[in-house]
Amino acid sequence: MNTILEVNKVVKQYGNFKALNQVSLSVKKGSIFGLLGPNGAGKTSLIRIINQITMPDSGQVFLDGELLQPKHVQHIGYMPEERGLYKSMKVGEQCLYLAQLKGLSKNDAKKQLDYWFDKLEIQGWWNKKIEELSKGMAQKIQFVVCVLHQPKLLIFDEPFSGFDPVNANIIKDEILELKQKGATIIFSTHRMESVEELCDEIALIHKSNKLLDGKIDDIKRQFRTNSYEVGILTNNNENLIVDLSQKFKLSQTNFKSLNNELKLEIELGNASPNELLNLLIQKGQVTHFLEKIPSMNDIFIQTVS
Amino acid sequence: MKILKLIIKREFISKVRNKSFIVMTFLSPLLFVAITAFVTYLSSMKADQKTIAIHNQGGQFVNEFKSNPEYKYINLSSININILKDSIVSESYDGLLFIPNSIDNRTLENKIKYISNDIPSISQIADLQEIIENKITKNNFEIANLDTIAIQKAQSKVNISLVKANGEKTLKGLNEIKIFIGGAFGYLIMMFIIIYGNMVMRSVIEEKTNRIIEIIVSSVKPFQLMMGKIIGTSLAGILQFFIWAIIGLILMFVTSTFFGLNSSPTANIPPELLQSAQSEMTTNIKMYLAEMWNLPIATILISFMVYFIGGYFLYSSFYAAIGAAVDSETDSQQFLLPIIMPLVLGVYIGFFTVINDPHGTVATVFSFIPLTSPIVMMMRIPFGVPAWQVFISVSILFATFFLVVWFAAKIYRVGILMYGKKPTWKELYKWLQY
Repeated sequence: MNTILEVNKVVKQYGNFKALNQVSLSVKKGSIFGLLGPNGAGKTSLIRIINQITMPDSGQVFLDGELLQPKHVQHIGYMPEERGLYKSMKVGEQCLYLAQLKGLSKNDAKKQLDYWFDKLEIQGWWNKKIEELSKGMAQKIQFVVCVLHQPKLLIFDEPFSGFDPVNANIIKDEILELKQKGATIIFSTHRMESVEELCDEIALIHKSNKLLDGKIDDIKRQFRTNSYEVGILTNNNENLIVDLSQKFKLSQTNFKSLNNELKLEIELGNASPNELLNLLIQKGQVTHFLEKIPSMNDIFIQTVS
Repeated sequence: MKILKLIIKREFISKVRNKSFIVMTFLSPLLFVAITAFVTYLSSMKADQKTIAIHNQGGQFVNEFKSNPEYKYINLSSININILKDSIVSESYDGLLFIPNSIDNRTLENKIKYISNDIPSISQIADLQEIIENKITKNNFEIANLDTIAIQKAQSKVNISLVKANGEKTLKGLNEIKIFIGGAFGYLIMMFIIIYGNMVMRSVIEEKTNRIIEIIVSSVKPFQLMMGKIIGTSLAGILQFFIWAIIGLILMFVTSTFFGLNSSPTANIPPELLQSAQSEMTTNIKMYLAEMWNLPIATILISFMVYFIGGYFLYSSFYAAIGAAVDSETDSQQFLLPIIMPLVLGVYIGFFTVINDPHGTVATVFSFIPLTSPIVMMMRIPFGVPAWQVFISVSILFATFFLVVWFAAKIYRVGILMYGKKPTWKELYKWLQY
């Protein structure tokens, strides 16, 4: 079985508002899956259904090939976007309690806690209350709570918000390590850089509907425009632009370089890159030639608007 | 079941560890005793001695007024009454009793005046009147040539003593004790329901505003969480009540020993208590204590437990649902009012109806209605309630609880994940159908 999570035509309705409309997706085992979408798209509704916090009105969710059941909660770890812990409860007790709610025995929970507290170098926090910790520190605890019971499927809603860059990196590395060890991770986020960096596959939800899904590379291929960024040093820029604009669609662009060259973005249409390159070589010194790959950010904005 | 136990344990520990719980548990009995002692002390304190000037033109009453710790009488009959009137303020006496000369006693009765700047207390005037009345009556007897001693002998004083049908002697004022005990327990139930119900509500709101709720309901069912919360909090309440009951019993035992109820009568009594002025009070306290020991203490305590648990479960389901529906405590007021009202109604019915007629129709009906039964029945129990009535009342109470908890769970389930606008009653009704 290669798929760990299968969402099949899930519908969720709140009164007159349809939060999810026939949404289907599947998440491969051991992958990092990005769940994207603007605010209010229905991401949280879907995550809540996967966590069995709410039930779908129709459609099914399968975990590891089995229809979702109450016993599955122990295989899922969830870090909600709105972080929350008991403010006046001690860190250690709190983690033990939440791990036991997930079905861990007290001893196993303790072992796991020792492991994670060691790893994140927070051993000294055991007897501190959450209200004594900074926001970033509380976030670390939140992360520990989410992974403590060694779930097969981890769901992070905006995992990096609230972390400073150093801690964000620590958490990112931990997530990658969990993936290495075989866990599957679902990210729900607006931060496209982290999607590009971490995710293997994504699904984009907008206004309760799934608009896109698949491997990131496939999606990018789908959205590529056959455009190239070009840098060229010529004697007569005006001349070149006139020449090129007869054949291609041009626009100004910018990239970092040490020369004072002409920087253009050229949409090739049906022509091949070599044709363009041949043309350019005759006109001057080519310093830069790169296919413009659409960023997830572009794709997101393009799809949503 | 394991999960429920975990939740109960956490809720219980978090309540019991709370500083305010510890303070309340151990300080409030102390406070109660201190206040009682203070009030007793205040009421036993002698008021300042009042000085009353007597102007009796005939002089026949002067000897009747004997100074005592409360009043000091000075005879100023020789001074002109008009001068006396003017000097009330400047001289240091509180009032002036003016008894004029008169043709006969009949006309004198309505001619006596008490002149003062302050309005005297009713009891003070009554005292003065009694003294004068006695003297006039005696004088009337003499005028009519009646034998005063024979009349005194002929006067009788009746004291009806109360005996139960089974021959057991009862004390006058036993009803007062029953009212006091019943009222105290009924009131305690109301306080417990409000205090612990509020705790449940606060705890729900806390989880909601902390946002930890989302993590918890991703592991456990909302119903488990709600029940765990209600049960865990009730255990804290029961523990608190237990501590109070033990402290109370110890206090009762100590006072009993102090007044020599169980040991030899004089051994522990300080000498001043043996003085004649105090001995009547001591006997009364002894009798009241004896009667308190004779009350069905065990029955009262057990029914308190049952009614507290039933009433508290019922009401805290409401409280939990309200906590889930709102985002902050300030928003809860609108929904709390209809909950507090039946509780207050119960207490009023208890104090006005049960006391007059503990087994009357109104008292009986309200001791069956589940929203008021914990309070009203609790107040009736010291007067002796038939077992079948208690049984029916408890059954109705718990049946209603199961019904209410079902509704409450529905609102709770939806409410804990709803943020933002305070819901209306209509929306709450809608939530029931989700």
